[in-house]
Amino acid sequence: MARAATTADAFNAVAEPRRREILDLLAGGERPVNDLVDQLGLAQPQVSKHLRVLREVGAVDVRAQGRQRLYRLNGRALKPIHDWVKGYERMWSERFDELDAVLDDLKRKERGDDDDE
Amino acid sequence: MTSSRSAKVTLPADDQILITRDFDAPRRLVYEAWTTPELVKRWWNAKRGEVTVAEIDLRVGGSWRYVMVTDEGGFEVAFHGEFDEISPSERIVSTEVFEGMPGEEPPSEDDAAANTVTFAEVGGRTKLTILSQYPSRDIRDAVIATGMEDGMQDAMDLLEEVARSLG
Repeated sequence: MARAATTADAFNAVAEPRRREILDLLAGGERPVNDLVDQLGLAQPQVSKHLRVLREVGAVDVRAQGRQRLYRLNGRALKPIHDWVKGYERMWSERFDELDAVLDDLKRKERGDDDDE
Repeated sequence: MTSSRSAKVTLPADDQILITRDFDAPRRLVYEAWTTPELVKRWWNAKRGEVTVAEIDLRVGGSWRYVMVTDEGGFEVAFHGEFDEISPSERIVSTEVFEGMPGEEPPSEDDAAANTVTFAEVGGRTKLTILSQYPSRDIRDAVIATGMEDGMQDAMDLLEEVARSLG
């Protein structure tokens, strides 16, 4: 049985660039392995290895359809990491909005200095 | 250059956090705003409090320390570190340690992140990148876990989800 994915597991799963690519592709909808292999330009065993890691943390689900195995994103497992990234982004966005205001002042001051010359 | 006015946060490796943002200003001004204490006090608060301390000894081996008093709860949030590399208007490499939550054991200096801040200018605009390199994945994840500022909201969202699934 699949164990409950911990936050650290989900972080690890999404931190690997190729796995992030897989998750990005699956965000567009369910896909068979061959499709992922084509899109990623990786060998099938490598893709399967990444999919196994993602399945272990519950980030993707798989179902059989005929001879194909279809993978899809499981948003719930990725919620902790998604929420943290969004929260951190919000904090930095607010810092940067204020930095924009500081930069506007610096630009104005420079223009003012130029006018004095 | 593609415009991205909001901060973008990614996790490029197990032990890293990367933040990027474009600014409509030349990099020498972004660098000035980044390294001048009176200016840092104006933006580092992230609209969550007041920056009461912004000390920047901008030389290799020099130290920095920022303290913010939060609007909510009025507690102090402090970070400090040392400058390892300074290329004016281009790049700053420094360490960063969070001084810990009130009443809790402060984190070890060994757990410091190495932050590389890069100011890249294209056509009078600046692409700012902040790459935080942690000593290990565990330390990076611990930083993420303690940085769950919206943790309470998440818990509420989750409760609501559970309640819905039961209903």
